[in-house]
Amino acid sequence: MSKTLKNLDKVTIRFAGDSGDGMQLTGTQFTNTTATLGNDLSTFPDYPAEIRAPAGTLFGVSGFQIHFGSTEINTPGDFCDVLVAMNPAALKVNLRNLCDGGIIIANKDGFSPKNLKLAGYEQNPLEDGSLQKYQLHAVAITTLTQNVLQDMGLSNKLVDRCKNFFALGMMYWMFSRPMDLSLSWIQQKFAKTPEIVDANIRVLKSGYAFGETTEIFAARYEVKPASLTKGKYRSITGNEAAAWGMIAASVKSKLELFLGSYPITPASDILHELSHHKNFRVKTFQAEDEIAGITAAIGAAYGGALALTTTSGPGMALKSEAMGLAVMVELPLVIIDVQRGSPSTGLPTKTEQADLLQAVYGRNSEAPIPVLAPITPADCFNCVFEASRIALKYMTPVIVLSDGYLANGAEPWMIPSVDSLPEIGPAFRTDPTDFQPYSRNEKTLARPWAIPGTPGLEHRVGGLEKEHLTGNVSYDPENHEFMVRMRQSKIDGIADDIPLAVVDGDPKGELLVVGWGGTYGAIRTAVESRRAAGKSVSHLQLKYIHPFQKNIGEILYSYKQVLVPELNLGQLSKLLRSKFLIPAISMNKVQGLPFMSSEIEKKIDELLS
Amino acid sequence: MRLVEEILKDAPATPETKLTGKDFQSDQDVRWCPGCGDYSILAQVQRVMPDLNLPRHRMAFVSGIGCSSRFPYYMDTYGFHSIHGRATAIASGLKISRPDLTVWVVTGDGDGLSIGGNHLIHLCRRNIDIKILLFNNQIYGLTKGQYSPTSEFGKVTKSTPHGSIDHPFNPALLAVGAEASFVARTLDRDPKHLQYVIRRAAEHRGTSFVEIYQNCNVFNDGAFFAFTEKDTKDDNVLALEHGKPMIFGKAKDKGIRLDGFTPTVVSIADGAYSAADLLVHNEKDTILSAILARMADLPKLPRPIGVIYAIDRPLYEAELARQLEAAVTKQGEGDLEKLLNSGDTWMIN
Repeated sequence: MSKTLKNLDKVTIRFAGDSGDGMQLTGTQFTNTTATLGNDLSTFPDYPAEIRAPAGTLFGVSGFQIHFGSTEINTPGDFCDVLVAMNPAALKVNLRNLCDGGIIIANKDGFSPKNLKLAGYEQNPLEDGSLQKYQLHAVAITTLTQNVLQDMGLSNKLVDRCKNFFALGMMYWMFSRPMDLSLSWIQQKFAKTPEIVDANIRVLKSGYAFGETTEIFAARYEVKPASLTKGKYRSITGNEAAAWGMIAASVKSKLELFLGSYPITPASDILHELSHHKNFRVKTFQAEDEIAGITAAIGAAYGGALALTTTSGPGMALKSEAMGLAVMVELPLVIIDVQRGSPSTGLPTKTEQADLLQAVYGRNSEAPIPVLAPITPADCFNCVFEASRIALKYMTPVIVLSDGYLANGAEPWMIPSVDSLPEIGPAFRTDPTDFQPYSRNEKTLARPWAIPGTPGLEHRVGGLEKEHLTGNVSYDPENHEFMVRMRQSKIDGIADDIPLAVVDGDPKGELLVVGWGGTYGAIRTAVESRRAAGKSVSHLQLKYIHPFQKNIGEILYSYKQVLVPELNLGQLSKLLRSKFLIPAISMNKVQGLPFMSSEIEKKIDELLS
Repeated sequence: MRLVEEILKDAPATPETKLTGKDFQSDQDVRWCPGCGDYSILAQVQRVMPDLNLPRHRMAFVSGIGCSSRFPYYMDTYGFHSIHGRATAIASGLKISRPDLTVWVVTGDGDGLSIGGNHLIHLCRRNIDIKILLFNNQIYGLTKGQYSPTSEFGKVTKSTPHGSIDHPFNPALLAVGAEASFVARTLDRDPKHLQYVIRRAAEHRGTSFVEIYQNCNVFNDGAFFAFTEKDTKDDNVLALEHGKPMIFGKAKDKGIRLDGFTPTVVSIADGAYSAADLLVHNEKDTILSAILARMADLPKLPRPIGVIYAIDRPLYEAELARQLEAAVTKQGEGDLEKLLNSGDTWMIN
């Protein structure tokens, strides 16, 4: 039977199964292949906190969504066009994300009476007609995989582990993707166990052949490359980009990178990634707790390293006293907070943006720290590089607010040339003449960085209030106020050293949508769509939260209404209202999930109706 | 070349002239209470430092919070008076990033064993080359007299008017349990012994843990007088010497003998036992270190002072350096261009 080939602008696919089913791996393979075909894309891994949650349960479902296309793609997609469901729980949890008329590819073998019961189905949805409004394809993926491998003498467990490649093969066929990249990945990954290489390759190819030869799929699809800027690309996640950005900052500052960190979801991948780059002389120190992570980093900064600590919300809370110390001793330090659903332990694997006020204000007393926020996964590279620049130039800790969505999400990234990155970094004080540890650079107000080992600069720093210039302990009332104001002025002055904010859309009008950090994609998609529909709406995404860029006020005052969508209960809104005295309209979502662009579109329509 | 190495390449590795104790005194007024045991410890540290033949700029003293933690302000070296309990963690980061420095931590029984207990035990097990001086006065001094994790059971203090119901830590035993490669105990009121132990700690390669009995004459006066005062000390203190039998007492007439695993006091004056029957100190004996550290908790035994344990085991920072070098040898010096372009990439034309 000949199959029709249909052209699509963009497609969203969601792979879903048990957390042990390898859905993250399958999604990542599909992503890498899709990226190399030149599609623009965005991904959203959505997985449970449990490593191997009980099989078949609703809370054990692991999902990976990819949105790719021949047009600009800024979000992982609100709804998916294709849902690959390996068991009933995966179907039940994800059906609400499937668009009407969407394709379901279900592993028929996963729909055993036991699994149906675990998912709370009284009847088998693949057979009771309840999925009529979708294009349902029930495929015996497990059986087919077993058949392909039956002569190999592998254990049932191993055979079962290969079935995700069958699903991947079908998807490669359905969306006209080549298998080469995954084939060579399998060969590399399992090089030590040739029978696993053989098994996975056989299963992947069988899945592909199944799509081609069976009659159940009437159509296959093609998604042409996007018109991306010319250049060399790679796919990168937010956490990888953050790790690499810090390596780049280390290279460009000629400082040794020191990471003090305690494992915490979803930040641990930065620790993992950096621990692999010892040939850059990166020193990673897995500390005994969050406090030791940051304080060891402060110790390294005292010694002249480019110091970094990485964490998520609960760890930020533990680090706050030490951040105050870094403010007081005025040492450079980058603090990356990969925000997750909170408070307390919260939703470790889910995303949220609710640490903003903690980052800006969450320390005892007046302890100003610059706060930056990357807006896409790849932007994490630029953001941590910029954070390093500011930390070194102003002798201050700097907080980078990433989030779970950026950290685990991937997008194509045009690889920057190393030469295009500026040299950053410190001028260590070495001259003992008239040395005073708390003297100030006239322009930046930074104090000198005088590291141990330098003859003639022996001095003491510490958390007690320091006398201006000498750095001696001082309880003098006027000196304390002077120093509090000095530390604040130093941070405020950074506003003169960062680029002005740029609005997407008209420079004035009815409505400005202001977001910060990881909501960029959803807001941009929504605003573009409403602008295309003729609405007077523009978009501003803040990367600098503290201090604000100098033209933020001017921008805000140019629109009749300001809408602030955030994945919290209105934290940026509070800052904008208090600083600029505008009636910012807050739009909030705290479900551990990113915004759908359709949610923001709806709000825009409401405000402009 | 890295910037730090570049700016320090001409810095002398030894003092240009012979230093004296006075060279280590900073210009800051010492502000401990008159009569505090800390004065003696500061004086002995300053006296020993010149013997190490290290320049002041290579030394860093890191402290936390508490009376003892004011120490770095009074040393004319690099110094970092940090936050409560974290000196050991800050020092760890400093020493790992800068193995060329000699790093000391000054802490107390509250700072080091209560709020900072976690960092202290992990520093010990990692064996980073840091010297820890823990001033044990069995009380919170700076906060004006609450019981500490080393205060004895039943201790009446401001916060325990009915007596403490906390069982105390034995710091030396804790350090032994935490795998410190050097564990010693000394006394503020015995300057010679204090100097000896400080020197030994300085010479040790690895984490050195030194418990110093320190008198807080304001809030816990006399806590250690049994071990420090003329009339009583000889019968209550066992001065350990590597390779020597454990003899103590004013008349050197008593010794320690093992009865099974239990140390007991025997007389070597009445003819029943001689020095040859006594336990001989061996700083490298792991089992013995636990027995000696435990002696502080057993009644009727003298308190061992001196070097309880000193072994050689791999240094954290040296192992890390080895891994870095191995990576450079295997993959070459890190190349950013190569990193960014590694793995799967594609061209958009």
